Amino acid sequence: MEKFTRITSVAAPLPEADIDTDIIFPARFLLLLDKAGLGKHLFFERRYRPDGTRTDFALNQPAFEGAKILVADANFGSGSSREQAVWALADFGIKCVIAPSFGEIFYNNCFKNGVLPIVVSGARHDEVMAAARSGGELTIDLEAETIRLPNGPEFGFEIDPYRRRALLLGLDEIGSILADDADDIARFEARQRVESPWLQLDDGRLDRLFPQDEEHTR
Amino acid sequence: MAARTLYEKVWDEHLVKTYDDGSSLLYIDRHLVQEVSSPQAFAGLDAEDRKLRRPAAHVAVADHAVPTRMRHLPLPEGLARAQVSRLEANCEKHRINYIGMRDDRHGIVHVIGPELGFTLPGATLVCGDSHTSTHGAFGAIAFGIGASECECVFATQALRQRRQKTMRVALSGTLRPGVAVKDIILGLIARIGTNGAVGHAVEYAGPGIATLSMEARMTLCNMSIEAGARVGMVAPDDVTFAYLKGRPLAPAGADWDRAVAHWKTLPTDGGAVFDREVELDIGALSPQVSWGTNPGETAAIDGQVPDPALEADPVKRAKMERSLRYMGLAPGVAFKDIAIDRVFIGSCTNGRIEDLRSAAAVVAGRQIAAGVEGIVVPGSATVRLTAEAEGLDRIFRAAGFEWRESGCSMCVAMNDDRLSPGQRCASTSNRNFEGRQGQGGRTHLMSPAMAAAAAVTGRLTDVRDIVGNNGAAA
Ligand code: SF4
Repeated sequence: MEKFTRITSVAAPLPEADIDTDIIFPARFLLLLDKAGLGKHLFFERRYRPDGTRTDFALNQPAFEGAKILVADANFGSGSSREQAVWALADFGIKCVIAPSFGEIFYNNCFKNGVLPIVVSGARHDEVMAAARSGGELTIDLEAETIRLPNGPEFGFEIDPYRRRALLLGLDEIGSILADDADDIARFEARQRVESPWLQLDDGRLDRLFPQDEEHTR
Repeated sequence: MAARTLYEKVWDEHLVKTYDDGSSLLYIDRHLVQEVSSPQAFAGLDAEDRKLRRPAAHVAVADHAVPTRMRHLPLPEGLARAQVSRLEANCEKHRINYIGMRDDRHGIVHVIGPELGFTLPGATLVCGDSHTSTHGAFGAIAFGIGASECECVFATQALRQRRQKTMRVALSGTLRPGVAVKDIILGLIARIGTNGAVGHAVEYAGPGIATLSMEARMTLCNMSIEAGARVGMVAPDDVTFAYLKGRPLAPAGADWDRAVAHWKTLPTDGGAVFDREVELDIGALSPQVSWGTNPGETAAIDGQVPDPALEADPVKRAKMERSLRYMGLAPGVAFKDIAIDRVFIGSCTNGRIEDLRSAAAVVAGRQIAAGVEGIVVPGSATVRLTAEAEGLDRIFRAAGFEWRESGCSMCVAMNDDRLSPGQRCASTSNRNFEGRQGQGGRTHLMSPAMAAAAAVTGRLTDVRDIVGNNGAAA
């Protein structure tokens, strides 16, 4: 995963609550099989009119061209688990989303893709939104856990220490579980096989249920 | 040991280890795999040359992209076929059991997991799909994950997680005739909001729960995510055990007895403390209908479209204005005066046999209103075959509905079942988001009986006005 340390960029303002993952990445593009290249479908219905012309949506405006930061409102990324929403943001160049609250699965998915979601609420959020609207540059420093606004003020934000470290190092979480925890997992499975054998299906029940023949096929 | 909640007990039983920072490695017993969230997960696995840790922990099915018509024919050339073929190839390569779209056990992941007995009390179950919360109806910790986490489960059978806060929703009272469990969950979301339960594992409890069937409990847990909660649960009881007994993957013989004895220890201990408590008198509820573009924008059918001008909070007001513009609705219009074009009965929320029965009871002997199109999409082939054995398909067809094959269909509009721009739909699904049922489509969420009533009159309708207050359609 790509590392995240510090970014400086204009921030696109999206002052609207409840931007769900269907708005971020409409379902019909979910048929695509790859992670790469999804940025062109990002916010599709907001960025294009039915006739294909571009709207004045923030990410279409020259002032926010190349924005790496999105300042959104409450409950951003609610709805479905589609990681395509984050892949599309990342592919478009967005590295950081600031909002008062997030959909939980979306929030988790961000960290798997080098995108930093930051929770900022109340008057602070108003300030950040105003700064974004002004078209000035914000600096996000993950090492220092700070957001610096264009006209100078700087304030801290909070983030889970493990997730912070994972982003800073571009950590391969699966790799580290395999390297460090495989024995613990094996011990757990051995114990479960004794204590709750019904939870494991390794006895071939599944294979007998789904023989690859025509019995259950019309 | 201190008194614990159901969620805490199942969590503790799946704890592989606790890290220094307090987060945990949680063991995952079961994984349902579908075509939309898996291709990139398999690709990631292959890129690192990693193997599946335990192929028998996964079952795969294609439900989102498959057509609900002409299923005997090969899928037409195109993206959907590529996606389904990719799933088949990945399952073959990684030795995952795959249920084909012509198999008589095909269906939406969240409908077939329980039908197969793959979903069990006290288990941890995940799927790259937010409505995985459905399976919590059995007393499992079940939650939706992204594709990266699917990849992690493939490779390690575990996920690094933090334990969530707990929230109890206590249901009291008895539903009035014509009011369904869908109205409970819509009414709850309207009250606490679409982010009202973020960060919490919800347990539905209270005297109202014991009377609910497994199908009803699944509808309830299914839409927990619409309140922001990844996890919704109901404690296992005799209703749960009766549903599971004899299911193909449920334990049998001595294992069954041991399992049941254990499952009986799972319900929340008296005196266990929840981080948050909410009470809902379900006896006070009327049938609900959504008017906006998120499930929290919902009200009782006897009301009218709300007026944004009366909303003090500017962010909420702007959201309401946008919702009404998208939905093509003016403040003050009575819900019952809103005409509809389409009706969709199906989805993992309301595509089960009881849902079809309650819709059929309203439709029986009646006709869909002129100009309205309706489809019924059973949540699984098992549901479809059961309904056909009961003659429900004939009732729907006689009324003018199309009777389809199992899948997600117009819940997510990834196949050909979709609204045209501006079309208005009475839908039993779970999300009324902009574009959810097709670009520019307008969704009103409601119960199956309410959708059936709307089909008959051609507008949003209180089902009690159609069938009388005798409970025939409850
Ligand atoms: S029926 Fe709808 S909500 Fe359920 S799994 Fe399918 S697309 Fe998702």
